[in-house]
Amino acid sequence: MKKELTIENLHVEIAGREIVRGLSLSVPQGEVHAIMGPNGSGKSTLAKVLAGHPDYTVIAGKVLMDGENLLDLAPDERARQGLFMAFQYPSEIPGVTIANFLRAALQSRLPEGEELEATDYYAKLYEKMELLGMDRSFTSRSVNEGFSGGEKKRAEILQLAMLEPRYAILDETDSGLDIDALKTVAHGVNSLRGPGLGILLITHYQRLLNYIVPDHVHVMVAGRIVRSGRKELALELEERGYDWTREEAPEALLR
Amino acid sequence: MKTETDTKAVDIDRNKGDFHYKVEYAKDAGYGLSDKTVHFIADVKEDPDWVREFRLRGLKIFLEKPLPTHWASKDLEAIDFDKIRYYLGPGTQAKRSWDEVPEDIKRTFERLGIPEQERKFLAGVEAQFDSEAVYSNIKKAVGEQGVIFVGSTEGLKQHPEIFRKWFGKVIPIADNKFSALNSAVFSGGSFIYVPPGVKVKHPLQAYFRINAESFGQFERTLIIADEGSEVTYMEGCTAPKFNTATLHSAVVELVAMKGAKLQYITVQNWSSNVFNLVTKRGLAHEDAEIKWIDCNIGSRLTMKYPGVIMKGRKARGEVLSIALANDGQHQDTGAKMIHAADETTSNIISKSISIGKGRATYRGLVHVPKHLKHCKNNTECDALLINATSRTDTYPAITVRGTGNAVQHEASVSQVSAEQIFYMQQRGLSEAQAMSLSVNGFVNDLVRQFPMEYSVELKRLIELEMEGSVG
Repeated sequence: MKKELTIENLHVEIAGREIVRGLSLSVPQGEVHAIMGPNGSGKSTLAKVLAGHPDYTVIAGKVLMDGENLLDLAPDERARQGLFMAFQYPSEIPGVTIANFLRAALQSRLPEGEELEATDYYAKLYEKMELLGMDRSFTSRSVNEGFSGGEKKRAEILQLAMLEPRYAILDETDSGLDIDALKTVAHGVNSLRGPGLGILLITHYQRLLNYIVPDHVHVMVAGRIVRSGRKELALELEERGYDWTREEAPEALLR
Repeated sequence: MKTETDTKAVDIDRNKGDFHYKVEYAKDAGYGLSDKTVHFIADVKEDPDWVREFRLRGLKIFLEKPLPTHWASKDLEAIDFDKIRYYLGPGTQAKRSWDEVPEDIKRTFERLGIPEQERKFLAGVEAQFDSEAVYSNIKKAVGEQGVIFVGSTEGLKQHPEIFRKWFGKVIPIADNKFSALNSAVFSGGSFIYVPPGVKVKHPLQAYFRINAESFGQFERTLIIADEGSEVTYMEGCTAPKFNTATLHSAVVELVAMKGAKLQYITVQNWSSNVFNLVTKRGLAHEDAEIKWIDCNIGSRLTMKYPGVIMKGRKARGEVLSIALANDGQHQDTGAKMIHAADETTSNIISKSISIGKGRATYRGLVHVPKHLKHCKNNTECDALLINATSRTDTYPAITVRGTGNAVQHEASVSQVSAEQIFYMQQRGLSEAQAMSLSVNGFVNDLVRQFPMEYSVELKRLIELEMEGSVG
């Protein structure tokens, strides 16, 4: 069995409109794949449908995580099996501290009757926070409540670091970040790269890829991948924009 | 979708109170309410004449007063007062040791964990089973400080000089239809007296257990904290789920003398067939403080508005309340703050959660008359709706007259969004765990003010309610 996140001929609709239209992609564990594309190409829909968002309907296709059918699982089961998504717009959870939230999330992964060891947990939490340049007082703040854009994204990466998934989807993690925040977040992601983690990086801009250098770049237009290449493809997109990719996939524009 | 973690959450005994044992009652007043019922109770309890007269006045007023359905829920009309049993007792006195409590009753309280909690962190316990206390004990050291903690019957007989002075004074018989009913048939509840300057370190606890079907529980509690004393009282309540309606109608009167601090905590977990119609009020003298912490979970209909009359200068009143209305339940709760002296301050924080078709109502009354100076009230009521079918209503009545009095009122309604639940699920929490975490977050700042043991208990109860509410 291949250790990879496999998407085969995926078709997804919301409210009767097909957004993802026959997308295929493989992200092997240990690699970083970037999906780039113009607004409205279906990138965020892809992220949400992989995570199991209830608003989207898969009408055809398969998604396998290390050979296991992901689409049969509830969102929380996918998460516990090792799929993580960093949200573009993370929700606020008033009154629930980051420390308690992450603790509950980790506890949910333990077998029945087993309790998370509190001292080990905090040691790990503080270590990861240091890595992301986060002050310890952060742990006692309510999840995402009153966070700046940069703090929200850092909190997402902190959760990624703590939950140690097999595959992580980062949905527009660079949006709304100034250059310093972007560097910090990228540093956090880079430090988590390794043979045990496959990353799918969704972004509109090439800028992020200067800091998180991908192994592969895919261009998504109108619900499917129209080009794939090495990291140099991102630079080409930066120079030429997205229009030429549309020309190379004329049938994709027939909506 | 069943997974290990789901099972784990369910594993916490969901319906901890939902069981009952068959028990023989030596004294049974039978069904329905008449002056015969009242005399039966007075005879069984060997009431002094003044108490018998008090009861009969209560009955008369109860029968005369209409149900308050012009402002309250029409659901009150579903109570059939002829189909309720008003007194079920063992015909014996409360025991001082669990070993002496009859086995069939003792196992109920053991199952509810009461003797264990007593050993761990309580200064005294009273356990009431249907109409009568079956166990009542106070730690030796606390008793030696002169603290009295007995059942209401024992209190009125053994300490009439303190009891009579305050009994029915904070809440007169005719206060409302259900206070009149309680006055007619009251049995059980606690009488507590804390002498001047005595600070009771650990809470005193009463546990009210309804075991019988078609039964009404009417405990009567009177707590007097004398000058400069401090005491915390905690009550817990459960009942099994029966098909017929059960009535719980208590009257609780608190008196805090000059400089005293009195804290009354309720964590009720009634089953969904219980009508819970309770009158609770405190009288705070100069510089005294009365604080109600009120957690209402379960019941079919709860109507309860703990109040404080701030009679002396600089008296303080506080109500912190949490109500959780699940499918088919109506929590009609709130607070009453009567300012009757200068420089008195009151604080009301109410948080309600409505689940499914559950309905939470906040009713508040804050009264500051014209002649008073430098009074303050703060009222915050926040409602959380879990589903689109959930309902919340707020009826704040604030009358503040005169100059130099300050009042502040804030209200909010929020809803747990599908995005929020999805976000938490994406981190591995089941839907029920996600909801319960949201709800716990919503009440978190309030729960932090509770004594630790109760905040843990409350958190657990919320988890159980949320587990049951997700399909």
